[in-house]
Amino acid sequence: MMLIPCPFCGPRTESEFTYGGPVRPPRPDPARTTDAEWVAWLTEVPNPLGPVEERWCHLRGCGSWLTLWRDTRTHAIVGGPQDAG
Amino acid sequence: MQRYSLLSLLRHGLNRHTTWAPAWRSLPLRERYEVIVIGAGGHGLATAYYLAKEHGITDIAVLESGWLGGGNIARNTVTIRSNYMRDASIPFYVKSVTLYEQMTRELNFNTMHSRRGMIDVIQTWGMMRDRRRRQHIMDLHGSTYEQITTAELRRRIPALTGGGAEARLPILGGFVHPEAAVNRHDAVAWAYARAINAMGGEIHQQTPVTQLMRGPDGRIAGVVTPRGVIRAPKVAVAVSGHTTTLTETVGLKLPLRTMNLTAFVSEPVQPLIDVIVNCPDAGFYLSQSDKGELVIGGAPDPGQSFRRDIKQTVFEDTVSAMLSLFPAFKGLKMLRQWGGHLDIAHDASPIQDETDVPGLFVTAGWWGGYKAIPAGGLTLAHLVATGRPHPLMAPFSIKRFRHLDYVMESGTTTAR
Repeated sequence: MMLIPCPFCGPRTESEFTYGGPVRPPRPDPARTTDAEWVAWLTEVPNPLGPVEERWCHLRGCGSWLTLWRDTRTHAIVGGPQDAG
Repeated sequence: MQRYSLLSLLRHGLNRHTTWAPAWRSLPLRERYEVIVIGAGGHGLATAYYLAKEHGITDIAVLESGWLGGGNIARNTVTIRSNYMRDASIPFYVKSVTLYEQMTRELNFNTMHSRRGMIDVIQTWGMMRDRRRRQHIMDLHGSTYEQITTAELRRRIPALTGGGAEARLPILGGFVHPEAAVNRHDAVAWAYARAINAMGGEIHQQTPVTQLMRGPDGRIAGVVTPRGVIRAPKVAVAVSGHTTTLTETVGLKLPLRTMNLTAFVSEPVQPLIDVIVNCPDAGFYLSQSDKGELVIGGAPDPGQSFRRDIKQTVFEDTVSAMLSLFPAFKGLKMLRQWGGHLDIAHDASPIQDETDVPGLFVTAGWWGGYKAIPAGGLTLAHLVATGRPHPLMAPFSIKRFRHLDYVMESGTTTAR
């Protein structure tokens, strides 16, 4: 089970958290974007074999949202995109 | 191909089984093929089989990073069924169930197909409405769903003792899908490999593809492996889970996420359950293997994962859900656990199409892809050989995302 660092409560077990999905690029301005770019933003998410940046919510705790990097091969929480777990 | 029969069994038995020919050859890897199929899993093998059988294309190399039958075809719960929701999905799965039923005879290999039926245990009125709706849609497409009472459900599954009036979610009734079956996953892989080999196709194990290659004209040109570059004008990617890892090597993004689906088996026990039991409200399903083990599966973990074991949180959730309906299973010891990684498309339906890289085909997003193997191979072979989608797979084109024309399928086993 992962030990997730909550910014408010400190390290807590994964079962207290809900998964919020990978971090997406910023939402494009619908007035200035093409259909293809809009669809790509809606449907394509980062799916790396390695560290991915993602959101978690401490739902069964303080309710804070946090962002962390996690290696999809090991589930280890890592420092950043270059840091293999 | 030497045929398997009672007579051949007797003949080779008299020779103490020392005279059987190998079921497939290991040929030297060539530099060029007409079609490369990446992945000797169920979908890759079925594609190669139908390319040879239906379209006469035998200059095929199936490249496998591990060993034959060792990928996701060995990491599932061998459930075959067609109780889906959407008009686009049901005919495809009806075809797949039919092809599975004919497989033993067609491939002369015992796949141990056991049509034992599936019973859905319904515990909420919302799920009851969903199943009634599915029943009507399935009726239109030749698949069967029948409602049964709670008393009949308990008669058919005596081990199901939970979910009574005192439970948090009392059982309201059940739905029976008689076409559902289980078979032997290794036999499916070996039967296809043997048939492909007999028609002239090649299977190369221990040959991982590290990169796809594009030619100067932008078309696919071949693949890079540690054993060298292999060229082909057509490449089909059937690598469940690692699809984006491969397509990103030619700059192609796909609306897929890789997730982990959990399964585990108990110690073998006496015959106890003779149907596949699916509990969509509780969030688990199980069946009993011929060896007596209970094969148990749960919901996927939502986080992206390339790991091939199971997560403790998912295991605990699945076991507690199972004990709410089968309290006697508390005494069972679990023998093995595994996770398969699969890619799930943005709308949870499969993607099978030629990509923006001409000559590069993908078959992906098979959330519960085991049941889809024969029909998925049939349709991909049709697409690769003719350049046109097979009618059964036409709705699952990658172009649907361009128009946000999703096929929102909720027919996966544990979708809640």
